[in-house]
Amino acid sequence: MKPIVLNQPDTSYLVIGNEAIARGAIEAGVDFCAAYPGNPSSEIMETLASVSKDLNFYAEWSVNEKVALEAATAASFAGLRAITSMKQNGVNVVSDFLTNLTLSGTKGGLVLVTCDDPGGISSTNEEDARPFSKLAEVPMLEPSNPQEALDMTTFAFDLSEEIGSLCIMRSTSRISHSRGNVVFSPLPERKRIPSIDPSNLRNTFPVALKHQTVIEKLETAKKIFETSKFNSYTGSENPELLIITCGTGYLYSREAINLLGLWDKIGLLKLGTTWPLPENLINVNLTKSNNILIVEEVQPFLEDNIKSIYAQNAINLGLKSFFGKSSGHIPKIGELNPDILLNAISKILNIKYQFQDKEYSDKAKNTASNLTPPRELGFCPGCPHRASFFNIKNALKFDARNGFVSGDIGCYTMAIWPTGFKQVNSVHAMGSGVGLASGYGKLHELGFNQPIISVVGDSTFFHAGLPPLINAVYNKSNFLLIVLDNSATAMTGFQPHPGTGINAKGEPTNKINIEDVCNAVGAKVEIVDPFDIDNASKSIYRLLQNENGVRVIIMRRKCALVQRKEGGFPYKVEIDSDKCIGEECGCNRYCTRVFRCPGLIWDKVSGKTKIDTVICVGCGVCAKICPKNAIILKEVKRND
Amino acid sequence: MISDPLNLIITGVGGQGNVLASQILGKALVKSGYLITVGETYGLSQRGGAVLSHIRISKKEKLGPLMPKGLAHIVAGLEPVETLRILPEYGNPNVIVITNSRPVHPLGVIAGELEYPDLDVLKKSIQDLSSKLYWIEATSIAMELGNPIMANIVMLGAIIGTKILPVSSDDILQEIKENFPQNKWEVNEKAFIHGFNLIL
Ligand code: SF4
Ligand code: SF4
Repeated sequence: MKPIVLNQPDTSYLVIGNEAIARGAIEAGVDFCAAYPGNPSSEIMETLASVSKDLNFYAEWSVNEKVALEAATAASFAGLRAITSMKQNGVNVVSDFLTNLTLSGTKGGLVLVTCDDPGGISSTNEEDARPFSKLAEVPMLEPSNPQEALDMTTFAFDLSEEIGSLCIMRSTSRISHSRGNVVFSPLPERKRIPSIDPSNLRNTFPVALKHQTVIEKLETAKKIFETSKFNSYTGSENPELLIITCGTGYLYSREAINLLGLWDKIGLLKLGTTWPLPENLINVNLTKSNNILIVEEVQPFLEDNIKSIYAQNAINLGLKSFFGKSSGHIPKIGELNPDILLNAISKILNIKYQFQDKEYSDKAKNTASNLTPPRELGFCPGCPHRASFFNIKNALKFDARNGFVSGDIGCYTMAIWPTGFKQVNSVHAMGSGVGLASGYGKLHELGFNQPIISVVGDSTFFHAGLPPLINAVYNKSNFLLIVLDNSATAMTGFQPHPGTGINAKGEPTNKINIEDVCNAVGAKVEIVDPFDIDNASKSIYRLLQNENGVRVIIMRRKCALVQRKEGGFPYKVEIDSDKCIGEECGCNRYCTRVFRCPGLIWDKVSGKTKIDTVICVGCGVCAKICPKNAIILKEVKRND
Repeated sequence: MISDPLNLIITGVGGQGNVLASQILGKALVKSGYLITVGETYGLSQRGGAVLSHIRISKKEKLGPLMPKGLAHIVAGLEPVETLRILPEYGNPNVIVITNSRPVHPLGVIAGELEYPDLDVLKKSIQDLSSKLYWIEATSIAMELGNPIMANIVMLGAIIGTKILPVSSDDILQEIKENFPQNKWEVNEKAFIHGFNLIL
């Protein structure tokens, strides 16, 4: 059994932040979990789903984040404890429901975990979801390590029940995906029975009165936060510099102060409860120093709100200098790290330090700059998307009317880079590729004459591709929708979705066919295999030419990683080095220069292509694109 | 321990099993009573990009998931260019470097737009930037044992072989046993021992 479900308190385990959050929910006696995957949040629900049968609670992958929160809310209304988790972009999706739910209130503990991605390590933006807690007027907590992530999760359930409001917890990539020692508490034995009292209306009316209640709930939360164990002060009692921080900023601050040996000059106020802010606690600490450095990731959320608290009390506190993002001491973009803190502190206190050997790092920089070619992200060897975009590229080229691709979110977003032959021209939010295409497809009436393709993945299709598809068909828009169906939410770790016929617990369930859905809304559908290179590009070309409403091609082929788990691909691949004559053959190294599968190597010495046997998975597609038939396939039985 | 905190970096390319190696190591260290933080950079980078783990070991306090610049004690690389890439930022004259010698070509190299450095030049450059370099054919060893993916466990063996980390090979072997299904752990045990013996 996974340690995460063991009832073994007081032992220290190494778990990632997201597992700690899942354990926190389990320790809080969670009854209902619903989420949509998204890095860096996915492991929370994955962990919960994987143990939900053993521990007898409900877990689902919902079609999108809004539906997930709505489902979890229903459980809360019925008196159960419920959790939903998502990445920062997901909070945008839930925001419409969220800002109403605030007014209606909740019953059983309801927790929303947002895992933000400062620096956009695996995201299309680095949005800070914290302002949503201010916008929706709900309490927010920010953990600084996996242990605290666990403790805060259980606390968030209690607080939610105490004040009758949803609570938000904000993690970040570095907390969700860092491993640390975590000590568990015992698992609860309590089992709740859901029930709804129909006479208790769950709505937002009367709006102003309900709003008044929300403000009172926040006041209660603030009082609780004033003495919360998640807020702490360390360091000098009369510091030259007071650092106020939250989340990862806390550990980086500690490290910088340790390295500089400045605990006698610096005070460190760590805030774990970041909305509403504990005003008294902040005011008391502001009296300690006239120099305040505020350290946080992405937006100046603490900074602005602490300054506002200061302004309210400035007459008593006197003049203070604030440092942070506004002053330029903390960058406005990207992640924090210990060196940012070392720099900021030494600048403010005017001290010199040097921990990195400058001579060494200069020398290393020099050497490395010549010898380390950048490593760009690309589709895996054997990925169906490489073949799909190869087909799209060829069809668009043949069509020759300057057609373009409106893209979406998933592995196939990488097709903005050479790995997908730069065939994706725009990417925004989930489903927006189809929505944009719905608009582009109406421009023909206004004199536009370029063909339009939209690509959407199977999971994204269910998440937010359906409404714009219906919109497009209903409004007689005109474009080719290509559903890149690799039967997985591959980017985030292969979570099942309605097209897979499997639920979050791995049990069979109602499978919803994308082709049936498209047919039902009145869009014509064809299904092709992207590895069937000839046929697939011809189909795309034909449907590009036939400009009649919304046409749909489903390019269906399992994600290479799934295929590998299921026994692998059928071929052992070799190069016939007599046939491969590289640059001289007229193909100009088509396989490596254009097709670029990482399983191929261009061998400069022999002037021929080679197979990298460590990396090639044996999908066989490159054999179909070599004009000289120099890539030879041998069928093998693979089952490793 | 030669220092508290002790900082180790494991770097490589998506799909090389970097995360698993740092996880096994981290779990064994926790059982030995240390405070461990492993910061992992992955996500999009699973698709052929660089993957980096910062492993931080202390008796005194829980550390942040990213180490300060220039303060790595050991840099272990599953791919030689990725090993060199780390040194300007985290290396120092005392750093001990262990690297797998087998290249994974970046896409730009496959396409002929970029050059992969000559391996001898690469080796010499890394040597110049480390107090000690172990240049290991981890992938070849793993292939001899049946599967190139085990290069990460060979490397783990070599890391433990340096005897710099406060954990014994028995502790790691125990973790390997717990982290692999029964039909896989024996061969992974071999991979580990092979890597360990390379350093002796
Ligand atoms: S995970 Fe699957 S879909 Fe994504 S790049 Fe790899 S093979 Fe392609
Ligand atoms: S068979 Fe060809 S296309 Fe498929 S993984 Fe191997 S090298 Fe790449």
